[in-house]
Amino acid sequence: MNIWLTVALMGAFHGINPGMGWLFAVALGLQDKNSRSLFRAILPLALGHALALLICLAVLSIGQMMISDKLIRWLAGGILILFGVYRFFRQKHPRWVGMRVGFRDLSVWSFTMALAHGAGLMLIPVFLVGQDHSTMHSAHGDTPMFFGWVEYLMGIGLHTAVFLCVTAGIAWLVYRKLGLLFLRKAWFNLDIIWAIALFLSGVIAFIQ
Amino acid sequence: MGLWKPDPSFYPSPQDAMKAPQEELAYVVAFNPDQDDRPDALAVVDTEEGEIIGWTPMPYVGDELHHFGWAACSSALCPYAPHPHIERRHLIIPGIRSSRLYIVDVKANPLKPTITKVIEADEIAEKTGYSRPHTVHCGPDGIYISALGDVEGKGPGGIFVLDHTTFDIVGKWEKERGPQYLHYDFWWHLGHDILISSEWGTPEMVEAGLNPEYLLGGRYGQRLHIWDLRHRRHLQALETSEDEQMVLELRPAHDPRQTYGFAGVVINNKDLSGSIWLWSQEDGKWSMKKVIEIPAEPAEPEKLPPMLKGFSMVPPLITDINLSLDDRFLYVSCWGTGEVRQYDVSNPSEPKLTGSVRLGGIANLTPHPKVGFVNGGPQMIEVSRDGRRVYFTNSLYDSWDNQFYPDGIQGWMVKLDADPNGGLTLDPEFFVDFSQHNYRAHQIRLAGGDASSDSYWYS
Repeated sequence: MNIWLTVALMGAFHGINPGMGWLFAVALGLQDKNSRSLFRAILPLALGHALALLICLAVLSIGQMMISDKLIRWLAGGILILFGVYRFFRQKHPRWVGMRVGFRDLSVWSFTMALAHGAGLMLIPVFLVGQDHSTMHSAHGDTPMFFGWVEYLMGIGLHTAVFLCVTAGIAWLVYRKLGLLFLRKAWFNLDIIWAIALFLSGVIAFIQ
Repeated sequence: MGLWKPDPSFYPSPQDAMKAPQEELAYVVAFNPDQDDRPDALAVVDTEEGEIIGWTPMPYVGDELHHFGWAACSSALCPYAPHPHIERRHLIIPGIRSSRLYIVDVKANPLKPTITKVIEADEIAEKTGYSRPHTVHCGPDGIYISALGDVEGKGPGGIFVLDHTTFDIVGKWEKERGPQYLHYDFWWHLGHDILISSEWGTPEMVEAGLNPEYLLGGRYGQRLHIWDLRHRRHLQALETSEDEQMVLELRPAHDPRQTYGFAGVVINNKDLSGSIWLWSQEDGKWSMKKVIEIPAEPAEPEKLPPMLKGFSMVPPLITDINLSLDDRFLYVSCWGTGEVRQYDVSNPSEPKLTGSVRLGGIANLTPHPKVGFVNGGPQMIEVSRDGRRVYFTNSLYDSWDNQFYPDGIQGWMVKLDADPNGGLTLDPEFFVDFSQHNYRAHQIRLAGGDASSDSYWYS
């Protein structure tokens, strides 16, 4: 599958998860009985998400400078699979957060959630696959140290843009159209699907 | 791994929860007032037939089961820490004398609850410093449990937290407790990151019974505390008047947007009246004022226990209150005079009395239509989610029962029907008799949730 499409779809997948922010945005809107409070939450949520991705990919870049690609792949795959299995059986969530939150609180919350859920980690194999493709097409011999950093930033931008749209879209739909009973009917256990996604992503890192 | 869809008993808002199906079962703690080898028990009551259909004895003797609550409730739909796929399955039942915590599974077989874990007093003391656990509320990030004091029976009392999946003790909740020392109940305004706590007395002030010297000396709790729920620190203390003592049950508005609630205050040591106080917030400052005062009733001294003979009066003794899920009706238990009152609190600062039922009472001795004479009076009171049914039991606390009802209390549970437009009638057919077992009944939890079990995030 096209790498950019995958990166975008994963943005949508992350956005759908209520634990990544749309539910928080709905609650803030309802608390103030004002959709502006809902929309005000979207940007910091996206920013925190993007930062978590950036950190993961920065670690990846640094890792690639220091150790072999093969080892990177094994490490990323191993961590993802273990993390997926762990999250399948043990679903944790943050403590000591609150409802009276500003821009900074929301960004930090979103950053923490994305990092703790492995949202950034999940993207690493996709980028690794992408690098394989581009290496095959590039000239032989030169392997730049910061391989693909422009693509990293573009990828994060694309992923986050889709994440932002999906988060805002679902939040607004639930707030305005679907109502709260939607939560009772349609809130599938995404944590399980998420754990499976982490696992599969790890497998991809191994077999690519 | 959890459920695929949220537990059907979790509701986003109190309005949604009011549409929940009618309860079929109630869980009621029963304690053995005699010093013998019969352990306390969790009774399962059929709320259609009004009879005990299940009875799970505790593995130890002498716990004095008192208040209890669910390990998971509607608060699991938390917007910032969602975990809606856990089940409403376990009851957390503290023993207020033994300081033990029982984790009881009521889902595997709702009629035969089973004990899945016991946390001993030593472990609670070691990890939190607290003792005499009391109120249980399922919170956004764990199970919050209040405790009256420390192992020596002194203060400060406070709150500790359990993990709601493993039931391991997370630790003491407070980071900065400010002037707070006495403790009793707590609840919160989740939409505002505010926790409220109340004051009764330290274990050594209450365990041997009500101490008249402490009462006249104004040593029982007179304050309500406002806390920052998120940063776990004390913000403000609110005072009752000088003579009002024992600020017990707290019922904040269920609507998470609101910033008001009601506190029941047991007794005024000058005129023996009881009162309800309204706390509220304006411009970031919290304040409290008396909105209901229920006077003591005159009675002939020969009808009164030794402690009250000199007064020739029966105090109402407001020992429990409850608020319907629409924040419209406040129910008040007057354990001394033997009355349940219903107030319309649509305008919280001006409650209107809309209903009253009398049963038992120290001097009134109002009989029940089904069984005739009953002793004790309305005490722990619980309201169904739809607000149509109100249940209550008649025991307060072992040593205090014996002071106010020296003939001993025979445990019972009854039911009232509440008119959605105001009005209260006793269901003449419903009478659950705990005296066959020679037990006393205390708090009631309705299967699926009730008006004091769940906290909501959305309105």
